[in-house]
Amino acid sequence: MGSTSAQNPETNGSARVGRRDLIKRSAALGLISVPTMSFLSACASGGGSDNGDKAKEGKKTAKNPLGVNDTAQMEFVLFDGGFGKEYAEDAVKIYEKNFPEVKVKFSATQKIQSTLQPRFNQGNPPDLIDNSGAEQMDMGVLVGKDQLADLTPLLDAPSYDDPNKKVRDTLRPGIVEMGQFDGEKVWIMYYAYTVYGVWYSQKALDSLDEQYPETWDQMLAVCEKAKKKGMAGWTYAGKYPYYLPFSLYPMIGKVGGVEVLDAIDNLEPNAWKHPAVKACFDAYYELYKKGYVLKGTPGLDHIQSQTAWAQGKALFIPNGSWVENESANVIPKDFGLAVSAPTGIDSSDKLPFGTIWASGGEPFIVPAKARNTAGGMEQLRIMLSEASSKNFTSKVKSLTAYNGGTDGITLTPGLQSGVAALEKAGQNVVNPRLQDWYVQLQKEKIGVSGLGEMMAGRLTPAEAIKKIQAFADEAAKDTSIKHYKHQ
Amino acid sequence: MQHGKYRFIVGFLAVPLGLYGLFVVWPFIQSIYYSFTDWTGLSPEFKMVGFDNYERMLDDDIFWKSLQHSLLFALLLPLVTLSFALFLAFMINVGGRRRKGGPAISGVRGSSFYKIVYFFPQVLSIAIVALLFAFAYNPDSGAINSILRGVGLDSIQPLWLGDPNLALWAVMAVIVWSTVGFFVVLFSAGMASIPADLYEAALLDGAGRATTFFRVTLPLLWDTVQSGWVYMGILALGAESFAVVHIMTTGPGGPDYSTTVMVLYVYQKAFRDGQAAYATTIGVALLIVTLAFAAVVMRLGRRERLEF
Repeated sequence: MGSTSAQNPETNGSARVGRRDLIKRSAALGLISVPTMSFLSACASGGGSDNGDKAKEGKKTAKNPLGVNDTAQMEFVLFDGGFGKEYAEDAVKIYEKNFPEVKVKFSATQKIQSTLQPRFNQGNPPDLIDNSGAEQMDMGVLVGKDQLADLTPLLDAPSYDDPNKKVRDTLRPGIVEMGQFDGEKVWIMYYAYTVYGVWYSQKALDSLDEQYPETWDQMLAVCEKAKKKGMAGWTYAGKYPYYLPFSLYPMIGKVGGVEVLDAIDNLEPNAWKHPAVKACFDAYYELYKKGYVLKGTPGLDHIQSQTAWAQGKALFIPNGSWVENESANVIPKDFGLAVSAPTGIDSSDKLPFGTIWASGGEPFIVPAKARNTAGGMEQLRIMLSEASSKNFTSKVKSLTAYNGGTDGITLTPGLQSGVAALEKAGQNVVNPRLQDWYVQLQKEKIGVSGLGEMMAGRLTPAEAIKKIQAFADEAAKDTSIKHYKHQ
Repeated sequence: MQHGKYRFIVGFLAVPLGLYGLFVVWPFIQSIYYSFTDWTGLSPEFKMVGFDNYERMLDDDIFWKSLQHSLLFALLLPLVTLSFALFLAFMINVGGRRRKGGPAISGVRGSSFYKIVYFFPQVLSIAIVALLFAFAYNPDSGAINSILRGVGLDSIQPLWLGDPNLALWAVMAVIVWSTVGFFVVLFSAGMASIPADLYEAALLDGAGRATTFFRVTLPLLWDTVQSGWVYMGILALGAESFAVVHIMTTGPGGPDYSTTVMVLYVYQKAFRDGQAAYATTIGVALLIVTLAFAAVVMRLGRRERLEF
């Protein structure tokens, strides 16, 4: 065998090479491991923030109330998600028609953050952004670092359709408030209007000879009946249990009153220890205990759970009104898609049955450092006209922030039931803010580590509440995140 | 002709080293610099905050969890993957039964076919592999639970990625599955360069498969194994674990942070929470872990070199 002896490494050629190799290889390792972190600084801040080349203000007229420069370029970046990009392209065409000398630079992408983060860092962001999707930029940070323009001029401008009405008067209730963080300034214009709640198939419910249950006893009875027919009562996006709040939070609001939800949003001490929270957690936990949740649900993602639900494996699913568009290809034609406000506990609840969570979706922002902020706002004003709003609703099966705009167009079953649910709710529309104020707290901590664990049977409601309260307290103390309060 | 040798070498090295310094080392120094600021990643403005980010990191439970998972990845994945790959490569190249008239040393029957099959996952993008397994792990209609049901094991229907006790192992299994083929090919190449006489001599002495493996193959393959170990460890700490965890246990990294790894946490802090400076801090920690890992492997793996 040709084994070399290593008795005397100093004189042994190959051993010396081995040692030198070691150094060489360690250096090579440096070459490998250095890039593993250098990607971060690839988006490090580049040039300074010169505001010198802002577009000159145009002349304010009745037709051009925001004083848009009719020769300045306008750039619009849209999130290309569930709603597609056609509705925005249509609105861009109107902008170009109104300002014939302008060519709008329009682009649609799913990668909002990776596309735009470097541009914010360099101080030359586009004029209008639909900051949505999985790569949404953190609004709290953008506001905290003064990166957004105040949209008050837009809201106080005359509406596109009626010069005697301000834009703010044409919006659905709650939209303007949602765009505020603290104080009067409005940073975000939510364009879509989402109805959250319990989604189900009217056909499946009919086959059980049941109505949508209004009290929890009825809910359990319906689930029992479904179970006997081999159907689970509930399913949900098990890998993303932060879908559960879509029906759980309004239920808490219904049972304990809106103050409970506000206290939770304000991160008040012991907010989660309110008896209403416990009652609702107990109610949901009972679904698990009694075996009414579709088997395997904690391992399903949102698409998988929606598919199982559309196939009739489960009766109810907590979701938002985008589900109609998102699951269009798996929902059968005769499904009878419907949404209901969440079931309450019983008649002693603070708010009536019908209390629902509805709020703005698809957040549009105008960066403060954009060249043509007036142009960005004008584009939004066009989108908030009745015609553009109708165009959106009929194309993507979702309501818009524009109040109305559903007359004369055929509504899809889900949309129709959403409009009916909103009418039934009347004033009892709640809007918990955790999911836009404290993303990580809401999604990871409360959602996955709290509710998800509870609904998988790994925590009792009492343990879940204790854990969630600890998360909330931690967030309240965390100085690295900005804190907000209901006004 | 030693005269001007160094000038000659420097002349050739200056440009690549300059490029390397500019595009690799400089951003790296910048990253460390940013870890001492409060940079959000969403605005060009930031100020120095000293060691705040590092203090915060030491107090951060999720960071410690991710570190723990990353270390587990770096230790366990190379061990499992490389052992498995060594076994397979040995069977393919050396482990075959001696056939009449054939060569003295050969692999098991159909070994050339296996070689292709094992390598196949390497051809697929890791993103596709992760997606495929995410479907397979679906507890309701996924392949794995369906097979369990099919063979009558109805009572065993694990939640896989939905179970905090299983999710990490499920993710690791996918990484092993997708990388083992590469090492089979690597080790096969290494084994091919071992002279057949050595094996024949061992055979004549009456060595069995196990003895042949531990006394002949492994010692002669040691350098390759060691490089493979480092390579696999870096994969497990970096790109591979990120892709698999990010795609399969999307969102926060598994139920109750059960699969969060350091790279994923860096990504989430930088690109979801708008805390780029804190992300670079975790990046620095990751760098230290990676270098430490490599140093330890190099040191422990040092062996006398064999010549043949």
